[in-house]
Amino acid sequence: MKKSHIAILVCIAAAIVVLISYTGDLTTYETIASAKEKEGKFVNLIVKLDKQQPMQYDAVKNPNYLVFTAVDTLGNNIKVVYHNNKPTDMEKSERLVLKGRVQGDHFECKDILLKCPSKYKDDPKANKDIPAANS
Amino acid sequence: MNYIGEHLFPGQLGHFFVVLSFVASLIATIAYAKAFRTADLAQKESWKRLARTAFFTESVSVLVVFVSLYYIISHHYFEYKYAFTHSDKSLQVEYLLSCFWEGQEGSFMLWSFWHCVLGWILIWRSKDWENGVMMVLSFAQFCLASMILGIYFFGNKVGSSPFILARNEGFFDSAPIFKDVTNGGLRADYLTLLKDGTGLNTLLQNYWMVIHPPILFLGFATTIVPFAFAIAGLLRQKHDWIKPALPWASFSAAILGLGVMMGAAWAYESLSFGGYWAWDPVENASLVPWLTLVAGLHTNVIYKQTGYSLRPTYFFYIISFLLVLYSTFLTRSGILGDTSVHAFTDLGMNVQLLLFVLVFLVPAFGLFAWRYKSIPTIVKEESTYSREFWIFIGSLVLFLSGIVIIAKTSVPVFNKLFGTNIAPPEDPEYAYNQIQIFVAIVIGLLTAITQYLKYKDTPKAFFAKKIWIPTGIAVVISLAISFFGHISYDKKGYGFLYAIHLAIFASVYAVVANASYIWLGLKGKIKAAGASVAHVGFGMVLVGILLSSSKKTVLSWNTTGITPLTADPKAKGNAAGDPAENITLFKGQPTDMGRYMVTYTQDTMNQADRKRYFEIDFKAKDGSEGFRVYPDVIKQNKGMEGFSANPSAKHYWYKDIFVYITSFQENSREDTSSYRSRAMKVGDTVFYSNGFMVLNSVGKNPERMKAKYQPDESALFLDITVFAKDGRRYPLTPGVALKGMQLRELPDTVLAQSLVVKFNRVLDDKAGKLEIGIKESAAITDLITLKVYEFPMINILWLGVIVMVTGFIMSVLQRIRENRRGALRVS
Repeated sequence: MKKSHIAILVCIAAAIVVLISYTGDLTTYETIASAKEKEGKFVNLIVKLDKQQPMQYDAVKNPNYLVFTAVDTLGNNIKVVYHNNKPTDMEKSERLVLKGRVQGDHFECKDILLKCPSKYKDDPKANKDIPAANS
Repeated sequence: MNYIGEHLFPGQLGHFFVVLSFVASLIATIAYAKAFRTADLAQKESWKRLARTAFFTESVSVLVVFVSLYYIISHHYFEYKYAFTHSDKSLQVEYLLSCFWEGQEGSFMLWSFWHCVLGWILIWRSKDWENGVMMVLSFAQFCLASMILGIYFFGNKVGSSPFILARNEGFFDSAPIFKDVTNGGLRADYLTLLKDGTGLNTLLQNYWMVIHPPILFLGFATTIVPFAFAIAGLLRQKHDWIKPALPWASFSAAILGLGVMMGAAWAYESLSFGGYWAWDPVENASLVPWLTLVAGLHTNVIYKQTGYSLRPTYFFYIISFLLVLYSTFLTRSGILGDTSVHAFTDLGMNVQLLLFVLVFLVPAFGLFAWRYKSIPTIVKEESTYSREFWIFIGSLVLFLSGIVIIAKTSVPVFNKLFGTNIAPPEDPEYAYNQIQIFVAIVIGLLTAITQYLKYKDTPKAFFAKKIWIPTGIAVVISLAISFFGHISYDKKGYGFLYAIHLAIFASVYAVVANASYIWLGLKGKIKAAGASVAHVGFGMVLVGILLSSSKKTVLSWNTTGITPLTADPKAKGNAAGDPAENITLFKGQPTDMGRYMVTYTQDTMNQADRKRYFEIDFKAKDGSEGFRVYPDVIKQNKGMEGFSANPSAKHYWYKDIFVYITSFQENSREDTSSYRSRAMKVGDTVFYSNGFMVLNSVGKNPERMKAKYQPDESALFLDITVFAKDGRRYPLTPGVALKGMQLRELPDTVLAQSLVVKFNRVLDDKAGKLEIGIKESAAITDLITLKVYEFPMINILWLGVIVMVTGFIMSVLQRIRENRRGALRVS
């Protein structure tokens, strides 16, 4: 066997080990109900902002404290605490991906990904109110 | 029905030439294929002439399409969907081009345009390889043209045309204002109601976004050249293409690398990824082809010098182009969905995009497998003391590192294929970093040492004699960095910290060894030093990445006390974790921020670029420096509320300080409330709406308030503590200063409580009774919330990129000279 063949095998083995170890780090998308069952485990929630409930954010009192209520497609909801600034346009976003873990009565959020309907999208529905605004 | 005021000609012209380019590229492909297959020389020539004519038609068409769309956008013809959704009238001229690449169609056109340019250089230079190479390139042009075709074939829509009209896409169906009351259709004069487009995404209104996409797409486009040479080589079973392909591969690596790093520079300056690199799928997808291309470039050099590694060269060049196609699929199909913030949106062309990958992947791999046995190899093994052996190992490591990155990036694809719901790990960046740091170590060491090995075999004495000087220098420098550089990134444990130190040594070693090789190995022949210069640049890039990432610091740790968090935000195990990175500044109020006192002094609205600029004043506490930065916000468009923020930076040669507005609140309400008078004496308590305050003491000419009154004034200050309902305390020291009969009031405020307190007068001197005035304002002042980051040593990274690209270009020129000399020798 040639040295280069051995090197190839070693490297491929290393790559496989790396990828397998990566699967250990991976997390899952959960619903609110299933996330509550896995309290303390890092999960991703795909939710919407519950606009009926008040959102609490006051840059004067604390710019790093946002509390809101999230609701998922199954209709469950949960209080979310996010220790960071309120993402711009949060109210408008169609979908939120929350990364964090359930702690007691609330979801301790580490990161929020906004999915805005019109960010890069040519969605006809998103333009509904444009002409009225411009005319 | 005719609509008033529509400009249909540019769209019809554009669409006609889209179709023409589609047909012409098909003809060019077939004609080049015929010319490639035919043995008969006369026929070969005539097919080639036809192919060139077709390719000429194709190039002209692409240009006309480009110009038509630019005409539509720059004339604000909002009846076209592309202009309506990607631009508006207030946009500055320099960003009109950015509107092109905001949409998928425009970026396909850009890619296609570069293919045309490259095609003509290939026709001019590649001699007997022209037919084979241009056949592949024309076919790629055919595929790209189909992407913007927008025509239905048997009920299936092929491509998405940039020239469609907004009214045909149902844009106005849901808005009653556009309805014609007589027949329920669209009003004939609907354009008079359509005043403006929805605008260019605010993130793209940045000068990097004008130049980064063209460079990146030139990089993407160039990867087809080595690929096309490889395919033609496999078909002809001739392998001398590696000589003309080598400068192309170097050029491609230079431009693709530059394009990727310009994207990083944009991400850095707009902070939209929180730094220059976030392992976002969009970034990864363009990095990975670069890694495999660089691997192929190195094995190409090996083959040219020694005859080894031809098979890997074929493989790397083929996979690089396929990875470019795959990255196109990833970023444009919308499959990345929840994992990337910056991908294009789905245009409903997923099947077509997938076919674009497969139509190249299947034949290319099939051909490679079929011809594999016939590709010549050398049976004798490489020596361990040979350059080719270690270059090959390096290429292999680069390739596998790319595979690991793309595998992780493809998680959403696996989810789609197997119906799983795997999400990225808790710390996605670290998941990449912990692996790639070892790649950096290995590649750094190999880059350093391998130049000192000779091809075939290296006399051990020679190697030992040359290598110790750079090794010694590198050890000294990297030890100095390790000991005095305050590299203390221990968040991920000591193992990772050691790896960082090791990687710093390896990358410094790469820089030093390659720089000294120019003298030790090449005797200062700069013309031949392209590879060494590129390696120096690459080493600097690694050094810059390591230093800047491991030392990035947040300056805006919330230290003002304006927070209900009781735990230390930096403490481990604190639920809030790190992100207490925002600090609130009140207009005109200096706030403590580490080494600086920071004040938000003013803001202005600039009409030209529609941005609101904030002036933030930094003063070092030790008085050594002071500077101002001007971060800005721009109002969101496309039906979104709110603002998107652009950071501003103070650049030093050794660090950058970034200031980024996370929110702002303007005092729009009139302050109508007035002072309420309250009598109190020391120890008394007075309530206000949100808590109470206690008068602790009265001080005459207190030393600590000296800054507030003149030496010739006599001053009286009250020491009050405010207890807010939520348990927080604020000190308050209102006072008066008296000079003769002139009384000056010195009210004090608790901005967080919107509270103003002034000292009115002394009511009863003997009883110690005083009168204070309390005002609770609805909104006292403007305020902003911001984040401040410090990135050290980032300039090493940018300088490294420039050096690396220079090195690549030097070696392109060097290879072209060599090929020309070689051609002369043959003839």
